[in-house]
Amino acid sequence: MRWLLIGIIVAATTAGEVLQAAGMRRHGEIRDFRPGAIRRALAVLVRNRFVIAAVAAMAVSFFAYLGLLTIADLSFAVPATAITYVFETVLAKYVLKEHVNWLRWAGAWLVICGVALVSL
Amino acid sequence: MTHEQARLRLKTWIFAVVVVFSNVFGNFFLKRGMPPALGTPLEYFTVLFHPWVALGVVLLIVWLLSRMVLLSWADLSYVLPVTAVGYVLVAVVGKVLLNEQITMKRWAGIGLIVAGVALVSGGSAPQTAHPKPQAGPGQ
Repeated sequence: MRWLLIGIIVAATTAGEVLQAAGMRRHGEIRDFRPGAIRRALAVLVRNRFVIAAVAAMAVSFFAYLGLLTIADLSFAVPATAITYVFETVLAKYVLKEHVNWLRWAGAWLVICGVALVSL
Repeated sequence: MTHEQARLRLKTWIFAVVVVFSNVFGNFFLKRGMPPALGTPLEYFTVLFHPWVALGVVLLIVWLLSRMVLLSWADLSYVLPVTAVGYVLVAVVGKVLLNEQITMKRWAGIGLIVAGVALVSGGSAPQTAHPKPQAGPGQ
């Protein structure tokens, strides 16, 4: 059961965060933080298909995570789901076409090893 | 560093701090308010109205929105490692607020995460230079 939940969490988180990044990149940089401008940006974003799909995927991930927390310790849940860093960095390069230089790869790996040490 | 790069870097730091703090404290309150077990699907929704869980959820909504704003200019491959500094904050919160022990292994992990964050945030601009998209906001 716990591995099924972890599979769901990893897939949904990866999909959600990549879609979120794709949607926001399409929207472009948010520069105006006055309340009216924020409201207009939100009105535009709730119609952004990438953002809608991202929020749906992250909701799936959130409820699966709630379920996981009731049957597993945080110290198991956190490192087991840290693998999303690898998948998301790979997708950032090939799907989002980001320039992932060696510093970012090295940083992502250091973070994964660190997360495993902190929580195992 | 040009004025534009400095502006973007400052803005990136401000939002990264909001993203990290809202995530760490959101998860902290969520874990604090969760009952030992969730049975029926209905309980997954009713638990959202428990005060600590509700506070956690509000903070996680702040997290979602601030992360969206950050991703509107910063690369995902930059945001991911930089916001991982939250794992360090979790350990510190555990030590300060809950009096948890930080073992040697945990300190080593914290060191690796900090090194990773420093490598990514110090070594590259937050944004890949993309050709300007032809369209305006909203699409």
